[in-house]
Amino acid sequence: MSLTMRIFTASRHGQRMFGTTGARMLAAQKAEPKDIVAVPKGYIYVNNKELSMEFEDITDRAATTMFFGELFRGFAVTLAHIFKEPATINYPFEKGPLSPRFRGEHALRRYPSGEERCIACKLCEAICPAQAITIEAEERADGSRRTTRYDIDMTKCIYCGFCQEACPVDAIVEGPNFEFSTETHEELLYNKEKLLCNGDKWESEIASNLQADHLYR
Amino acid sequence: MFYMELIMSLIGSLLLIICVLVSVAFLTLLERKVLGYIQIRKGPNKVGLMGIPQPFCDAIKLFTKEQTYPLLSNYLSYYISPILSLFLSLIVWMCMPFFVKLYSFNLGGLFFLCCTSLGVYTVMVAGWSSNSNYALLGGLRAVAQTISYEVSLALILLSFVFLIGGYNLLNFYCYQVYIWFLFILFPMALVWLTISLAETNRTPFDFAEGESELVSGFNVEYSSGGFALIFLAEYASILFMSMLFCVIFLGCDVFNLLFYLKLMFISFVFIWVRGTLPRFRYDKLMYLAWKCFLSFSLNYLLFFIGFKILLFSLL
Repeated sequence: MSLTMRIFTASRHGQRMFGTTGARMLAAQKAEPKDIVAVPKGYIYVNNKELSMEFEDITDRAATTMFFGELFRGFAVTLAHIFKEPATINYPFEKGPLSPRFRGEHALRRYPSGEERCIACKLCEAICPAQAITIEAEERADGSRRTTRYDIDMTKCIYCGFCQEACPVDAIVEGPNFEFSTETHEELLYNKEKLLCNGDKWESEIASNLQADHLYR
Repeated sequence: MFYMELIMSLIGSLLLIICVLVSVAFLTLLERKVLGYIQIRKGPNKVGLMGIPQPFCDAIKLFTKEQTYPLLSNYLSYYISPILSLFLSLIVWMCMPFFVKLYSFNLGGLFFLCCTSLGVYTVMVAGWSSNSNYALLGGLRAVAQTISYEVSLALILLSFVFLIGGYNLLNFYCYQVYIWFLFILFPMALVWLTISLAETNRTPFDFAEGESELVSGFNVEYSSGGFALIFLAEYASILFMSMLFCVIFLGCDVFNLLFYLKLMFISFVFIWVRGTLPRFRYDKLMYLAWKCFLSFSLNYLLFFIGFKILLFSLL
């Protein structure tokens, strides 16, 4: 486009061009529509600038219109984008990075001894804004306080992460897994076995994420 | 012998229609790919090799989906109009200029005009018989646009009829042996391209769909098969319009492989335009049709008539 502009400016200047060609052409190219409204000092003129009616600028604008300057520039941009490297991640085979704070599928963790961490304090149940957690607790045979029922309705859950923040023993956590879609609603009503199973399955990732983030907790 | 000819031309036109349908399928794939790459993503690339069988999967998906129909619709016309629109945009291919084995007849240009004009009715009936406000409004929009642009389309075609002296599209071949009409009538080519964009309801003028700001258009109430038919008809007419552009402006050498490459390029331009330009404004669209293109095409028509009269009086 600037080429056509240049041709136009060249034709306008005629043989005068041959003297100081380069500098004058650059100057003519940079010529913005000139501000012809007198603005008092200290004021900022916010209206659209009135277009200059000098012959140079008129021909420049005419050239842009006649040769569909903007149109073709737009087409060139899209054509150039076709040859760019796509930003697509080949999803099931490649995955994007996840933050250690990522809040995905829930899991109930265990101590290294195999004892479950949850002490049925019900803080998570209390703080859950969607009331997705249901806990029932009872004293176990050895006298410790444990849950008999720990249900999370994953379709109610809003994945806010309050449960893991409320938990005093880091028992309920939201792991890095987000690929747990199912075909029925019932499969998303998680019970204690499912959550503990998740905990066993994702323990290494969860532990490393907690380790990476422990300074901020 | 006569029966042989008849059967041969029947087979020929059947083959043409099948090829058109296949190319429509791949045009949709091309569109998705090109739009994808314009937006720095990949488009469908999972099915088969690089997503090439994707259109067939789409077709299977569309036709196996549940077909709903509006409760108080005028069922027969609701059902028939997509079929009719596909039928029209396939039958219009009969006027493709071929020397042998196809129905390339003397009034090909007129036949094309008839078919595109009838295509408006299918849109109108589809919008009206859905018994839905949105479909009706969408139908009105599409019909107003298509009819307005058809006026200039017909006038431009008419001026070419004056120029080449006949409705037979094969004449375009005879008149463009030495130089394409694209070079002699470049502004005409631009206007024709714009009009064909508007005729096929393509992007800068896609008020029939307007998916980002409106509730689709005349086809809101269509699902599965009916929708697929409307879709097929639309893309078949895009292909036909690019074919017509090649016939009128780019040499019309239908026996040359280059013709089909040109056709492909023009269909690519249709997609390219979709990837580049934002939607027009509706009043501007109408002003463009009635104030710019109509005067433009009328002027050219008068010019060509005068030109021919001048030539004949000089002879």
